[in-house]
Amino acid sequence: MPKKIMIACHECDLLLWLGPLPPGTLARCTRCGAVLSRRRRRSLERTLALTIAGLTLFSLANLFPFMAMTMEGQYRQIVLLTGIKELYLQGMPEIAALVLLTTVVSPFLQLTGLLYVLLPLKLNRLTPAIWRVFRWVRYLQPWSMLEVFMLGILVAMVKLTKLADVVPGISLYCFLALIYVLAAITASLDPSRVWEKWREV
Amino acid sequence: MTSAKITAKDADLISCHSCHLLCRPAASQDRRPIRCPRCSATLHQRKPRSIKRTWALLIAALVCYIPANILPATIASSLGDVQTDTIMSGVIYFINTGMWPIALIIFIASILVPLLKLAILSFLLVSVQRRSTWRPKDRARFYRLTEAIGRWSMVDIFVITITVALVRMGAVAFFEAGPGLVFFAAVVVLTMFAAMSFDPRLIWDK
Repeated sequence: MPKKIMIACHECDLLLWLGPLPPGTLARCTRCGAVLSRRRRRSLERTLALTIAGLTLFSLANLFPFMAMTMEGQYRQIVLLTGIKELYLQGMPEIAALVLLTTVVSPFLQLTGLLYVLLPLKLNRLTPAIWRVFRWVRYLQPWSMLEVFMLGILVAMVKLTKLADVVPGISLYCFLALIYVLAAITASLDPSRVWEKWREV
Repeated sequence: MTSAKITAKDADLISCHSCHLLCRPAASQDRRPIRCPRCSATLHQRKPRSIKRTWALLIAALVCYIPANILPATIASSLGDVQTDTIMSGVIYFINTGMWPIALIIFIASILVPLLKLAILSFLLVSVQRRSTWRPKDRARFYRLTEAIGRWSMVDIFVITITVALVRMGAVAFFEAGPGLVFFAAVVVLTMFAAMSFDPRLIWDK
């Protein structure tokens, strides 16, 4: 697309002409400095590959033991969902739901949604409701808080090592990798490239 | 890249908030919402009732902020010895036991960030309502800051979730979330919605 297109900055509404960007660069609004567009090399392929990696890591992180602790001679092993279940049993369904949404539901829906959008596009096929799904993937972005959860894990581990032996499980390492993959997806996804590809198909 | 400072609103255009396609809305007589031809998101020039909605959410968050800090957030018991902590007394407990890096993280995430968000959003709302022309670029930066830092307030909730899962040793020791945590979660969620309902384009409108 060698043409310039007119767009409005999504943060200050200024009308701007946006020309084609060379790969690896980004365009900012001249008035408010918001990032308008980011060009990545092979954005679709890269994001698709990362999405598949992300889904694999997500299933591993949820299946395997997450952490174990020995305290006063008692051994306890937990999976990711144990904390959510315990909060629910303690009569805190609101908090259990919030933690479930931000650490399990949102990341999972984001990954499956992206797969639904990108895989058929890559195979030059169109799927129904593609834009609705893509819109929801982006709405879920703020509610997917795995990197914050990771900081929570670190704090909890440091806090509890004073009282007991805490051993990280396999799931924790999958989790670390998943956070990296999710950050890479955010960086490599170029929505304007998705629109272009869609028009070609 | 730009010629004159004309906004989409001046030119009677609407930028789709979802896919950023610039649309020229046909004048619609009926009250049905106009949709983006590309992604079918509902189009509106500015987020609907942005100022009222943001104020409502902000005030609700402020109301929840009080019980969130007064009521106990955690209840810990070991060998019959029960200890309840609010968010702030938890921070003080960490300082006293020499875990100041943790105290710092929890203090910033649970006390500083929510206060900062409430203050910045109130300031932005007042400045927009007074049609202030003061440093719009810096105010836009403040808005981006509130959007970026808000999620980190969840750290304490996650720490408590993991502790609740791990510390469950029958009658010997248990650890429970307290009612303060529910209000704290409400503050986090309400301020996130408040930040989402604020339209940064209002900062630049004349």
